[in-house]
Amino acid sequence: MNLFSPETIIQISLALPALGIVLVLLTGRFPNLRETCSLAVAALLFLVNCDLASYVFSGGRPSWRAGQLMPGFDVAFTVEPLGMLFALVASGLWVLTTVYAIGYMRGHHEKNQTRFFACFAAAIFAAMAAAYSANLFTLFVMYEIMTISTYPLVTHHGDQNAKGGGRVYLGILLSTSVAFFMFAIAWTWKIADTLTFTQGGILSKAFSEGRVTEFELAILLGLFAFGIGKAALMPFHRWLPAAMVAPTPVSALLHAVAVVKVGVFSVLKVALYIFGLDLIRDTGAGEWLCYVAAATILLASLVAMTKDNLKARLAYSTVSQLAYITLGAAIAMPQSALGSGMHIAMHAVGKITLFFCAGAVYVGAHKTNISQMRGLGRAMPLTFAAFLIAAISIIGLPPGGGSWSKWLLALGAAQSGQTFLIATLMISSLLNIAYLIPIPIQAFMVPPGEKPMPFKEGPMLCVVPLCITAIGSVALFLFADSIYACLLPIVQ
Amino acid sequence: MIEFLQYHLPVLLIAIPLIAAPLAVLLSNRYIVQSLALAVCWTTFGLAIWMVAIVNQSGPVSYELGGWAPPYGIEYRVDQLNSFVMMFVSGLGAMVLTYSPYSLKAEIPLSQHYLFYPMYLLCMTGLMGMCVTGDLFNVFVFLEISSLSTYALISLGRTRRAPLAAFQYLIMGTIGATFLLIGIGLLYQMTGTLNMADIAEQLEAQRLVNDGQWAGSRTMLVAFAFLTVGLCIKMAVFPLHTWLPNAYAYAPSVVTAFVAATATKVSVYAFIRVVFGIFTPQFAFELLPLDTALWSFSLVGIFLASIAAIFQQDVKRRLAYSSIAQIGYMLLGISMADVDGLSAGIVHMFNHALIKGGLFMVVGCFVLRLGSVQMDDWKGAGRTMPWTSFAWVLGGLGLIGVPVTCGFISKWLLLTSAIHNELYPVAILMLISSLLAVVYVWQIVEVLYFEEPSEKAKHATEVPPLMLLTTYTVVGANIVFGVWTTYSAGLATKAAKALLEGGSL
Amino acid sequence: MTLDEIFGLYNYWVVICLMMTGFYIVIARKNLIKTVIGLNVFQTSVVLLYITMGKVTGGTAPIIPPEIAAQHGEHHEHSTAHSTAHSTAHMTADAPHLDHATEHGHEAVTPLTQHADHVHQTASAMADHSTELIYSNPLPSVLMLTAIVVGIATTALALALIVRISEDYGTIEEDEILLIDQRDSSH
Repeated sequence: MNLFSPETIIQISLALPALGIVLVLLTGRFPNLRETCSLAVAALLFLVNCDLASYVFSGGRPSWRAGQLMPGFDVAFTVEPLGMLFALVASGLWVLTTVYAIGYMRGHHEKNQTRFFACFAAAIFAAMAAAYSANLFTLFVMYEIMTISTYPLVTHHGDQNAKGGGRVYLGILLSTSVAFFMFAIAWTWKIADTLTFTQGGILSKAFSEGRVTEFELAILLGLFAFGIGKAALMPFHRWLPAAMVAPTPVSALLHAVAVVKVGVFSVLKVALYIFGLDLIRDTGAGEWLCYVAAATILLASLVAMTKDNLKARLAYSTVSQLAYITLGAAIAMPQSALGSGMHIAMHAVGKITLFFCAGAVYVGAHKTNISQMRGLGRAMPLTFAAFLIAAISIIGLPPGGGSWSKWLLALGAAQSGQTFLIATLMISSLLNIAYLIPIPIQAFMVPPGEKPMPFKEGPMLCVVPLCITAIGSVALFLFADSIYACLLPIVQ
Repeated sequence: MIEFLQYHLPVLLIAIPLIAAPLAVLLSNRYIVQSLALAVCWTTFGLAIWMVAIVNQSGPVSYELGGWAPPYGIEYRVDQLNSFVMMFVSGLGAMVLTYSPYSLKAEIPLSQHYLFYPMYLLCMTGLMGMCVTGDLFNVFVFLEISSLSTYALISLGRTRRAPLAAFQYLIMGTIGATFLLIGIGLLYQMTGTLNMADIAEQLEAQRLVNDGQWAGSRTMLVAFAFLTVGLCIKMAVFPLHTWLPNAYAYAPSVVTAFVAATATKVSVYAFIRVVFGIFTPQFAFELLPLDTALWSFSLVGIFLASIAAIFQQDVKRRLAYSSIAQIGYMLLGISMADVDGLSAGIVHMFNHALIKGGLFMVVGCFVLRLGSVQMDDWKGAGRTMPWTSFAWVLGGLGLIGVPVTCGFISKWLLLTSAIHNELYPVAILMLISSLLAVVYVWQIVEVLYFEEPSEKAKHATEVPPLMLLTTYTVVGANIVFGVWTTYSAGLATKAAKALLEGGSL
Repeated sequence: MTLDEIFGLYNYWVVICLMMTGFYIVIARKNLIKTVIGLNVFQTSVVLLYITMGKVTGGTAPIIPPEIAAQHGEHHEHSTAHSTAHSTAHMTADAPHLDHATEHGHEAVTPLTQHADHVHQTASAMADHSTELIYSNPLPSVLMLTAIVVGIATTALALALIVRISEDYGTIEEDEILLIDQRDSSH
């Protein structure tokens, strides 16, 4: 497929979600037509991204400068492997989520579905643009657009719960991004005179010229790490559980894939292309971040164990898993950065499956709490089988994709000589087992109560996507080496 | 014909609304007067755009009023800065007037309508005049024309508190204007001229004669102090803002929208002119610590006014406090005294005019249907008035300064300028203060969308299409100028460069 | 501070006293009418300030005496205003220095004549005659005419507003009005 030049493909893949918003709004009165449009746009976007990926992974670096927002600050896009991987994951899972959302929203007779699908497309637009962004400024703009466009999704139900959740969501994400992230960007601009993502980092030159001290670098990294609130590093993680008031497809795509991954993706981008791994390692700027990330991993896992509500448990599990990715950036070894990059994909596919399952259980059996799901496995075997597979992947056991990324992270930690990090990773895996595995086990093993449940899966449109993503997380295990090869250029 | 018009353009911007105002009183038929006022406002806007085009093509334009050459005669002088200010002032004036008919009908007795329009036109004349003139005394005269008509407009409000609010504003405003007059007098005493460019030249010449010392600097200091304080009252800079909340809250919605969008901005313009055009930044910021004073007052003002806004149940009053806070951002930009900061200040004048104009127009829509500005009555209006409510969201995002709205542009320029000048605490406080805007905007959003409809909101219907159209034009301009900044930040940067590099005008 | 400064600048002392009196009345009085009166006093002080700075010791009203006008009328039909300004400039320069302010005025005004080069030719003929005469600067008076008009407009508007307030509230004492408002809002 060489119909278009790579630059054009960038434009197309940004235009497609935008077109999706317009189409959804125009066809709002005809649900079938609206959802066909939504699905068609999503599918097209994925195909276009696949085409772009073949170019990028073979060494191409297409770029497109969209324009100048202010003198000196461009909105520009350059696709590199990490962004490409993220874009592929997000667009691919968007297709599945759209299918799932149709089943879920209809099965649930939700109101305002047009607004829902339009905002969804807007969020994907922001995710695509953030993935392709060529400089920190563009990334920030898209990051904020994403915060705003997902607010109506989080508060979709429009009741007092939604209001409270939305308040925490918007409050934390906006205040961290404005108070820390924005400041950090402007500071970086002052130090380095540029914001363009550059292989090897833009701050290393400024550091060697003495324009910034080690201490300042550590502060700057902190501003980035906490400023990117979407990475959900403790203590700014509260928005993620709060966002679980949203309908499940939102939690699935946005709070397991798009939104949170934009966060950790930004952290990785900053570590790789603004600081440069060497600089973080040499100056010890990332050392304290390792501790924070490790603490987040353990604490979030512990909190997850106490949650009975399935979505809340998954949310804390996400907080913990996101900290893995931040940890990889903080260790700043090539292996750990690669592990982080891969974990974006592995965790996305695994976690979306878990959320799909939670939603399917809710639609099919109207259960939200784990304690109510005992014995439900006989009624919903496919759903819980998928849950088991995805959980294995999240924990990091073969044959789940997550095993590779965690292996690389541990390797990176070992190389950097920080043995306590390896211990953290081990303990965390045990905790993962403790809070994820009992769910499917109890569903299958515990005999159902007095009333045996009839076989009743969720709607077809819900079950098929979750099966596909479950298979996907096994497939990722098998093809991990090709992802590794694709990502390798980012640390060279 | 075209050449003739082009030659007389600067004075036409003033003359047309000025002549139309008494004409409107004489005509005294509501419909005729309304169409006349509309035609005049849009014509003025058109001419102002033309003016901007001319200035950008061939540099500043000087017009000798009555053929008397400056410095004896009064000079009208248009450069990048004031053509830009005139453009958005006249543009918003025209837009608000187009929006006004339904709202006016609901809020002002029909018999007084023909008096409303002349006042509106006079106010416009005054504001445009303050911008266009190059003569310091003329600034005072036009300031008073606009102020007097504003007092009258405010007193048209529905409640009996309106005349009192107008009276309080009158007292404060007159004190401010008289301070300005004293300052002008002292400057005249020093230089023997009233032409701003000439004053600047004279002061510079004196300075050179005295080996770079500011000659007679005590009189200069006093003059500068009077001018600054006088203008600060008109700008409603904290702590001289006390007139503003009542004036905005009790004026008719249309008047609030117009005044909030334009009046304080023009005073900011006059302040910029005084600081950068007459006195120099060296005088204001190096000899005097005006920059420190400005940014500390701005920051305190931003915080206190924003916090005050959070506790207001009256939406108009809430926005009024927010206006006081936003003036702080403009002054913050000006206090940086470099191209980035000054252009941030200038562009925020424009952006804030759009944002606040738009938001007050939204308030006007709600007042028309709900008859109230109390948050309690607005509950749940998002269901019955979805378009109006969404306009609030868009305008509110601009006020918060979310990317792709114009508020972000100003915030970013301000931030980079503060960082560039290594004023890190200012930058941090500025960012944190902007989060307070999130609170006072979003409280309303939550009231609109998440509450059960109030009695009034239950039976409300969407406002007439004309109002929606004009409101969305202004609110939409928020977004447009947040993405396409050639003619907002671009022009502002040019103007700032001209001010700083050209020294005087 | 010498006696000369205290008594020589008495006009300015009057200005300051009036200004502060007016300002104090505006701030301290709660009666709306009295506030307006205070405002008027305040504005009047500024009028006096301007007139003082325009006055040159021994200067007359800037009207060209008929005999000179008759002599030179044919030269100056088109530039009376210019030459008046010009001669005022010279006059100020020649006048004995009354105070610091005029002293600065002296230095400042000198460059003004350079601007007037184009009228210099026509005016020079007249300067010979006018050196015997000393004029006060007319411009401040003109400015004050405008300011007085503005002041009257302000007063008129303020009084009109007070009439409406009095009709609505039945009082023009500010604290009583605020009390009534408070009672209203508490109901």
